[in-house]
Amino acid sequence: MPTAVSAPITRTHELPTLATVDLSCRRGNRILFTGLNLEVRSGQATWLRGRNGRGKTSLLRLTAGLSVPEAGQVLWDGAPVRRSASFQRALVFIGHANALKDDLSVTESLQFLARMHDRDSRIGALHAALERVGMASRRDAMVRTLSQGQRRRVALARLALERRAALWILDEPYDALDTDGIARVNGLLREHLGRGGSAMLTSHQHPGADAPAMIEFDLDTLD
Amino acid sequence: MRTAFIAVFVRDLRLALRRRVEALLPIVFFVVAVSLFPLGVGPEAQTLRQIAAGVVWVCALLATMLSVASMYTSDHADGSLEQMMLSGRPGTVIAAAKAAAHWTVTGAPLVVTAPLIGLLLDMSRPALVTLVLSLLLGTPILSLLGGVGAALTLGLRSAGVLLILLIVPLTIPALIFGAGAVSATESGIAVGGYFSLLGALLILTALTAPLATAFALHIALE
Repeated sequence: MPTAVSAPITRTHELPTLATVDLSCRRGNRILFTGLNLEVRSGQATWLRGRNGRGKTSLLRLTAGLSVPEAGQVLWDGAPVRRSASFQRALVFIGHANALKDDLSVTESLQFLARMHDRDSRIGALHAALERVGMASRRDAMVRTLSQGQRRRVALARLALERRAALWILDEPYDALDTDGIARVNGLLREHLGRGGSAMLTSHQHPGADAPAMIEFDLDTLD
Repeated sequence: MRTAFIAVFVRDLRLALRRRVEALLPIVFFVVAVSLFPLGVGPEAQTLRQIAAGVVWVCALLATMLSVASMYTSDHADGSLEQMMLSGRPGTVIAAAKAAAHWTVTGAPLVVTAPLIGLLLDMSRPALVTLVLSLLLGTPILSLLGGVGAALTLGLRSAGVLLILLIVPLTIPALIFGAGAVSATESGIAVGGYFSLLGALLILTALTAPLATAFALHIALE
């Protein structure tokens, strides 16, 4: 079990609620879901479940503001997410793709993402984040030399850079991870919820016995 | 905004340096394409001097289009584009940084190589100076417009063909004014007007292209 290597965690003010209001989603000619109402409050994690093609990833993309709903709204503190600067500051979105460049090193890739998202991009902080996800020994390796699971760990290292309450939207975060990797992600998630952060994630596999308590939302139960 | 611009610009330059073969392709194409003309049309100096401006400019345009198609494809495929657009930084800053990096990797070498190519086509010294200055003003226009095309065709099948059809017509004014400036120099006509028009085109493109690119990128990600 990894030990925590981190600066003191700041408990910030309560994070606004992410809410979907009568949300409908279309992909091509198919309506994936309609009238979806969901809330993710400060300190809560929601685990989206459903069979393949049910719209889990589409829902995450809608809540992140990456796509436009067929109907309904996604609100952050009462305001539409696509027009909310505070939402963008609070959001950490990690999709299926790891957003890593084969021709950059692990540290360079993480530093770029940290800089773009206005997070601590100092080398010390990056190396500490890589330590948290078990990738410290590969910090100078080129991304192209990493396995799929290692790339996933590097992508998730962004979570270890967080010190404030934020909204994490994670698409299959446990994908390609071994039991150690899953434990590390659950540790980060637990700390995150403890400081008032919120999270919404999808996973085909159970998050594990050591995962923090999550609210399960099954898209298969929708009409 | 400046942090985001520098981060994207430096990253793209770093990637280009590590993918040297890919980065050199446009300049190699430019040199080879221009070099074929003396072989194809004959070595008569008078003929070469007449067609030089147009040949160099057309080859520079085609070399730029060769590389511009992939401006966003890699970032789109690996999720980096998603992260950039979700970062809260203005899409226009990201678009401007990508275009600036593209020009540095592709356009700037074309400008530097142009005098050597011009000598190959028996251009006079004043014409060479005009050629370099016209490319210095014109190649950023090509990179900016190319960025718009790359964003509009992102994720589409036959994106390369569509990009050519969409963007090449928009580059024609730059081509006409750029080549026209060099021809005017060869003819002893004042070139101030051509440079003013190229400069105005550059300003207009710099103000509008990043905006159009950002809008197209948002649509591509939906």
